[in-house]
Amino acid sequence: MTDALAGKVVDPKAVLTGSAPLADETEGMSYLHSLPRRLVTVYLPLSVILFVLLFPFYWMALTSIKPDEQLLDLDTYSPFWTWNPTLKHIYKLLFETEYPIWLWNTMLVAVCATALSIIASVLAAYAIVRLRYKGAQWVGGAIFLAYLVPPSILFIPLSTVVFQYGLFDTPFALILTYPTILIPFSTWLLMGYFKTIPFELEECALIDGASRWQILIRIVLPLSIPGLISAFIFCFTLCWNEFIYALTFISSVQYKTVPVAIVTALVDGDIYRWGSLMAGALIGSLPLVILYAFFVEHYVSAMTGAVKE
Amino acid sequence: MAIAFEQGGAKRVMRSATAWERLKTNREWLSLWFMLPAAAFLILFLAYPLVLGVWLSFTDARIGRSGVFIGLENYEWLMGDSTFLLSVFNTLLYTSVASVIKFAVGLYLALLLNERLPFKAILRALVLIPFIVPTVLSAIAFWWLFDPQFSIISWSLKKMGLITANIDFLGDIWNARWSVIFANIWRGVPFVAITLLAGLQTVSPSLYEAATIDGATPWQRFRFITYPLLTPIIAVVMTFSVLFTFTDFQLIWVMTRGGPVNATHLMATLSYQRAILGGQLGEGAAISTAMIPFLLAAILVSWFGLQRRKWQQGESND
Repeated sequence: MTDALAGKVVDPKAVLTGSAPLADETEGMSYLHSLPRRLVTVYLPLSVILFVLLFPFYWMALTSIKPDEQLLDLDTYSPFWTWNPTLKHIYKLLFETEYPIWLWNTMLVAVCATALSIIASVLAAYAIVRLRYKGAQWVGGAIFLAYLVPPSILFIPLSTVVFQYGLFDTPFALILTYPTILIPFSTWLLMGYFKTIPFELEECALIDGASRWQILIRIVLPLSIPGLISAFIFCFTLCWNEFIYALTFISSVQYKTVPVAIVTALVDGDIYRWGSLMAGALIGSLPLVILYAFFVEHYVSAMTGAVKE
Repeated sequence: MAIAFEQGGAKRVMRSATAWERLKTNREWLSLWFMLPAAAFLILFLAYPLVLGVWLSFTDARIGRSGVFIGLENYEWLMGDSTFLLSVFNTLLYTSVASVIKFAVGLYLALLLNERLPFKAILRALVLIPFIVPTVLSAIAFWWLFDPQFSIISWSLKKMGLITANIDFLGDIWNARWSVIFANIWRGVPFVAITLLAGLQTVSPSLYEAATIDGATPWQRFRFITYPLLTPIIAVVMTFSVLFTFTDFQLIWVMTRGGPVNATHLMATLSYQRAILGGQLGEGAAISTAMIPFLLAAILVSWFGLQRRKWQQGESND
C-alpha cells in the first residue's frame, strides 16, 4: 500500500536534492513506446554491446577447458563449443607450475595492503571531517590530488626508494607501496560517509565523557560499515589489478603476484600454452568476480561515490 | 547500539587538567596522531618519490649508480629521439581516440541501461565485469583473440566471407594501434557507463514529461535536459578516464610490449623499457616527468568541472 503511494507521490524536496526515486517506472512516458520499436532502439544495441563486453570471458573459459587439438584446429571442430571438455590445463596449472604460490602471494599482498590502507584512511578521514584541525580542507584537497598521481610516473623513483629501504624483491615492497594508491581513494570515500553521520551523536557522546578514540570506535565506525565494505572491496580489487609496481619491484619467481607471473613466467614458447594461460587468467579473476557477485551494490557505490563527492 | 562509557571520563573533569590531559583533548595535537599513518605512507612513498623523479630526470643516474646533475641534457636528448617523439604521438592518439569512443559508447550504454528493462540489476552487474577482472588477465584474453593464426575473429570473418586471409592484428603497425585502442575501450566503457548511469538516475522523470508536453523531440530532450544536468559528472568521469588512459601501461605491455617497431609504445611503456630494462634511470625519469604537464591539464579540467557542479546545485560550499 504505502509503497504504491510512494511511487506516485514524488517528494519535491527529493527531486531538488537529486535523490528522487525512480519508482514510477511502470507509468511516466513508457506507454509512448511500442514493443517492436523498443526491440530495435533498446534491446538490439544493448545485446550487441553486452556480447562484445562478455565474449572475451566466454572465450577465456572455453579455451581453458578445450583439448589441445581442438584449440588449434578451428575447421574440424566447431570453435564456439566443445563436447569433450578437459581439466588438463587447469591440472597442469595447479600442480605443475607455481601458480598456487602466486595466488597466495597476491592474496597476502592484497589483504595486508588493504588492511593497512583502511586503518590509515579511517583515522585520516575522521580527523579531516570531524576534528577539523587547521588546514583540514587543504589536506583533503591534497589527498584528492594524490589520488590523481598515477603509478606509471612513480615507479622509476619508487624503485630506487624501495631499493634504498632494503625492500627490493620482498613482499613488503608491494605491501608498503600499494597503500599509496589505496589511501587517497579510500580516505576520500570514507570522508563522504563520515559527513553523513549526524554531529549530534558525537556531541552526546562527548558530553557523556567519551574520548575521540571511543567515539570513532563505538559510534562512527559501526555507522559507516557500508562505507568500510565499499572501501575494502575497491581497495582489494585495485591491489589484485596492480601490475607495474609488482613487475618492477619483484624479481624472484616465488614472490610474484598472479598478473606479473602469468605474463613473465607462464608465457613460454609452447604453441599449446593457450589452454593453461587462459586457465590462469580465469582462476586469477575468480576471487574478484566471486567477491564482486556478493557485493555489487557496495562496489557500484564505491565507484560512483568517489566520482560524485 | 549500547554505548557504555567508564565513569573515569566524568571524574577526570573534576581534577585539574594536567599538561597531558590538555594534550589529549587538544584538537590539533590529536589530529596529528590521527593523520600520522596516512601521512607517513603518502610522504614516504608518494610525495618523496614524485620529487625524486623530477630530480632524477636532471641526472644521468643508472641502475646501481646514483647520477650527477646534468641539467636539461636528458630532455634535449629526448627531443631529438624519434622513438620518444613517436611514443608521444602514440600516447596522444591512444588517449584521444580511446577517450572519445569510451565516452560516446559509455554514454549510450548508460542511456540504454536507464530505460525500463527486465533484470536491470543483473544487466548492470554484467556490464561491470570487464572493469572488475584484472587488466592483465583480460589483456591476455585479447592477446589470444588477436592471435595471428588462430584468432577466432579472423576465423569468423573468413566464414562470413568478408576477408580472405587472417588479419595480423598485432603484427601490423596500424592494426596493432587499433587493436590496443579497442582493448582499452572495451575495458573503460563499463566504468564510464556505470558512473554516468548513477548520474542519469538523479535526473527527475518529470522534466522529460514536461519537455514532451512542450513538444520536444528525443534529441532535444537529450540535448537540453540530460546533457546539461550530466555535464558536471561527465567532467569528472572523463578526467579520470583521460588520466588513466594517458598513463596506461598494463594493456600495452601484455599485448605488444610496444611493438611492432615501437608503433604502440606509450610514454609509460617507453619509460619502463629505458629505465628498468635499459638501466637508464635518468632518461626514463625524464620521460615520466614529461607526462606531468598533461596530468596537470587533466586535473584543471576536473577542478573546473567540480566548481560548476556546486554552482549548479546552488550550494555555497560543501
